[in-house]
Amino acid sequence: MRINCPLCGTRDRREFYYYGAEDYLDRPAPEAPAQAWDDYLHNRDNPAGVTRDLWYHDLGCSSWLVVTRNTVTHEILAVEAVADRKGGAA
Amino acid sequence: MRYSGLQVIKEGLFGNKGWKPAWRDPAPKAEYDAIIIGGGGHGLSTAYYLAKNHGMTNIAVLEKGYLGSGNIGRNTTIVRANYFLPGNSEFYSHSLKLWEGLELDLNYNVMHSQRGLINLFHSDGQRDAFARRGNMMINQGDDAILLDREGVREMLPFLDFEQTRFPIYGGLYHPRGGTARHDAVAWGYARGADRRGVDLIQNCEVTGIDVEGGRVTGVQTTRGAIKAKKVGIVVAGRSSQVAAMAGMRLPIESHILQAFVTEGLKPVIDHVISFGMGHFYISQSDKGGLVFGGDLDFYASYASRGNLPMVEHVMEAGMTLMPMIGRAKVLRSWGGIMDMSPDGSPIIDRTPVDGLFIDCGWNYGGFKAVPASGWCMAHLMATGESHPVAARFKLNRFATGHVIDEEGTGSQHNLH
Ligand SMILES: Cc1cc2nc3c(=O)[nH]c(=O)nc-3n(C[C@H](O)[C@H](O)[C@H](O)COP(=O)(O)OP(=O)(O)OC[C@H]3O[C@@H](n4cnc5c(N)ncnc54)[C@H](O)[C@@H]3O)c2cc1C
Ligand SMILES: [Zn+2]
Repeated sequence: MRINCPLCGTRDRREFYYYGAEDYLDRPAPEAPAQAWDDYLHNRDNPAGVTRDLWYHDLGCSSWLVVTRNTVTHEILAVEAVADRKGGAA
Repeated sequence: MRYSGLQVIKEGLFGNKGWKPAWRDPAPKAEYDAIIIGGGGHGLSTAYYLAKNHGMTNIAVLEKGYLGSGNIGRNTTIVRANYFLPGNSEFYSHSLKLWEGLELDLNYNVMHSQRGLINLFHSDGQRDAFARRGNMMINQGDDAILLDREGVREMLPFLDFEQTRFPIYGGLYHPRGGTARHDAVAWGYARGADRRGVDLIQNCEVTGIDVEGGRVTGVQTTRGAIKAKKVGIVVAGRSSQVAAMAGMRLPIESHILQAFVTEGLKPVIDHVISFGMGHFYISQSDKGGLVFGGDLDFYASYASRGNLPMVEHVMEAGMTLMPMIGRAKVLRSWGGIMDMSPDGSPIIDRTPVDGLFIDCGWNYGGFKAVPASGWCMAHLMATGESHPVAARFKLNRFATGHVIDEEGTGSQHNLH
């Protein structure tokens, strides 16, 4: 599996650290209800098919990336830096 | 037909022509008292104990493929009761006791072999942690012996004790731990359930769950609609998809775990051994193959096959621990889809839909749990109440903060 980092180019999967589903980008406000925190930390769509998840280019440019990929075929469909997303940084 | 030594001799004398299929292949009925979705180890043991302990025999197990096609036939077969935290400790202790009577109960040879499990440690800190775990196991009524380096050397002379990076300080020995034949466990429970009247329906994928006014009324399948007032979801790696049919979003992420087996060798590894400084564990099957594995591939996946970086990591860890296996040829490797929960512990509970129950979140430790999981899920489905040894496996424990985080690694699904 190779991931196409927008800054470094296509690199081996071993350079990247997997964090989890894209849900981690929507951190609730500190005073948000417990349900919002439960959803953020624990509950997942967990699709068999196309998913979006967070990877960190650990042995590269240290960017956080949102990877769109297929969990059944391991195909990588798109990669974008979290910092480039509309709405700012993570 | 009861199986016995006498039966084997009799059949041998008459050309083995008298053996009958071990279970029927019934067509689904229009309605059952209860339906279990998933014909893996946990689904089949749930059906068996519903029939045996609770007298519920008008029930069906619906399996989308063939019985035992999931993780029950893909695991590395380790059976142990060496858990630390309340919640897990009493549950796995109960499971090991059921294992010890399983073959007589099922009249089926599951090749349960209590060959002993040794978890190695490699530092003073790790020794302290293992001593504490051993004390918890003894308090629970199970067995644990703390071995020093010489104690381990006597039992496992082939390990690389002197290496500078991860010298072996000793091991926590769990004599009642061991292995069992994984397929036989599925087959034994299937035959036991079938003999009590349970319909085991294969090639029957559940495609929808019918809910009316907050109550479950049945399921839609590739073999038609089937009614039932009680439905249990017991589908391991596919839990999120099936629960979504009833509008639920689970605290589960599915990950891939690989396993490996070598060509058959003469007996060389008598126990189950795990490395304390890298995820690697190994045992030798009765056929002679070395069966071993390591960590998850770490990213969410439904591919049933892994990638090379983890293959490399597992081989490296194995060679670090016991260089003698370097010449053995790997015959096969495969992967299974693990239902990873945010604290590494399972869920056996009611759901917000009346009559709908769920048993999932087995991570990579659900084989040893097969007897107790079925026992407790059957209790829950029959009585509506959690069984005392599974009372902490609540679906909402993440929201309420009652997590059971055995590894102490926090809420990230892939770290358990
Ligand atoms: C490589 C590997 C090594 C492991 N090693 C160990 C070990 O050493 N010790 C240990 O304790 N555990 C181990 N495990 C974990 C253990 O195998 C699992 O936790 C356990 O088998 C899961 O429960 P199950 O047997 O019911 O799952 P499965 O056998 O996967 O059963 C689930 C069934 O549900 C069916 N299903 C799914 N969706 C539907 C649907 N819509 N309709 C109908 N049926 C459906 C599937 O086809 C499947 O047969 C290992 C797992 C793997 C993959
Ligand atoms: Zn990069």
